[in-house]
Amino acid sequence: MKIQLVEIAHARSGDKGNTSNIGLIAKKPEHYPILVKQVTAEKVKEHFAAICKGKVERFELPNLNAMNFLLHEALDGGGTLSLRADPQGKTLSTALLRMEVDI
Amino acid sequence: MIRIANGQGFWGDSPDAPIEQVRRGPIDYLTLDYLAEVTMSILQKQRSRDPEAGYARDFVDVVDRLLPDLIAKNIRLVANAGGLNPEACRRAVQAVAKKQNADISVATVSGDDITTQIDRLIDQGVEFRNIDTGEPLSTIRDRVRSASVYLGAFPIAEALDKGARIVITGRCADAALVLGPMIHEFNWQPDDWDRLAAGIVAGHAIECGAQGSGGNCQDDWETIPNLADIGYPIVEADLDGSFVVTKHANMGGRVTVASVTEQLVYEIGDPRAYLTPDCGADFTSFHLTQQGPDRVRCAGVRGTPATDTYKVSISYAAGFRAIGSVAYAWPDAYKKAKAGARILRERINRMGLDFEAIHSELLGVNACHAIAAAEPSPELAAQLPEVVMRFGVRSQNRAAVDRFTKEIAPLVLSGPPSVTGLGAGRPKVEEVMAYWPALIPKSLVKPVVNI
Repeated sequence: MKIQLVEIAHARSGDKGNTSNIGLIAKKPEHYPILVKQVTAEKVKEHFAAICKGKVERFELPNLNAMNFLLHEALDGGGTLSLRADPQGKTLSTALLRMEVDI
Repeated sequence: MIRIANGQGFWGDSPDAPIEQVRRGPIDYLTLDYLAEVTMSILQKQRSRDPEAGYARDFVDVVDRLLPDLIAKNIRLVANAGGLNPEACRRAVQAVAKKQNADISVATVSGDDITTQIDRLIDQGVEFRNIDTGEPLSTIRDRVRSASVYLGAFPIAEALDKGARIVITGRCADAALVLGPMIHEFNWQPDDWDRLAAGIVAGHAIECGAQGSGGNCQDDWETIPNLADIGYPIVEADLDGSFVVTKHANMGGRVTVASVTEQLVYEIGDPRAYLTPDCGADFTSFHLTQQGPDRVRCAGVRGTPATDTYKVSISYAAGFRAIGSVAYAWPDAYKKAKAGARILRERINRMGLDFEAIHSELLGVNACHAIAAAEPSPELAAQLPEVVMRFGVRSQNRAAVDRFTKEIAPLVLSGPPSVTGLGAGRPKVEEVMAYWPALIPKSLVKPVVNI
């Protein structure tokens, strides 16, 4: 069955220059392996293809049932240069939660 | 155990939060974080107009309101309110103390502002290459407005060791405001990597204000109590480096493993190597446990040795921009907004204006989540009651941006129907600052503690 990540995870995003960071956290420990297996760097890059011009890096934090994604060149030049309504990518957290996974 | 509270997550955060932290429960230290990259460029502009400006003036009001409480309750205050002018900030704070007939020791930490030393440092071999792009500083040297080194926590600890009741810093690592008091209280040493890293993790947990105690929290957000009276986060720190994140019991918000975790993964890079001036912190090393209502304990933090460089943030002038918007109503709000943006683009192209960036987006549709998954279906798009079309441009050429600002309003009478200009008038032309992150050898920077 396909569900959106919002059902099993929560997230927070921020910025460093032109890089967006999205922390993705499993709501329950048993959901964490699903995130690790299915929310790959490649899949996140594809999900954000419209705005992420650089690579996507993924880091695991098993102690927190969390992963951290760095989306390079994703903020239209960065917080002060960007012309977007969300120049620091504060809402990209929930954009990631739209992604579908199989459970 | 000592209690270290945060009462400000950025300049512009609630002016009452510091007051509540002091008056509504026990704390030993109040830390206030005022500085963001964008703040530094505002302070730079203010200092260039007035040599006694360039710090967070709101801080002086906080001291004016809180000084009797700080003295009566023996609470020490640590803030990076000094911005680009810690000494002027101290003079203003001392004037407040004098007005109140209070005798209080105020220290500054400076040495972070290297704006006037850049050429000398370049001559000494510092390249200031951009950490992200690798480009040399010469690309933007003539446009540099300010350069600030992120200092660590030891100068703050030194000021406290010397008896300061209020410590005002310029630029330092945000978490250093929290680590400094721990070093002072627990006598941690510069190579005590695990405990220094624990202080950094604790600082990271609370440095963004109420975002560490239930604010902006995705996890079950609707059930978070009383956000109108949210309690800002507090760390209860112990000698061994373990700590508890909590908040005043009689206030709103929520401290759970989920809410603390959201803050801990905020604005980090590689979690195994979170680098700060004082140590590296391994964010994969520790464990969080819910110890009781609104109490999350963190233990087991491991650290790594500090590097031999400091990070420098260099701000530089990057041109001008303007952003305007109009709102279109049903029917066909979505199609009309798209047409409005297309018309503006055509007009700009015809005028041959010189822009580095042109951006349009549809608020109420997909401006926040500008990705394929956020595109509305044709049925949904047709039903939208209203859509705001937001349009911005950026250029090195101020005149081109200024010309653009005159194009938004005419769209109301000459474009698609059922539209309002939102009463905003012409958009303002803003000067844009950009940031150049670089490194500098620690041996070339001298932190100064003045008391």
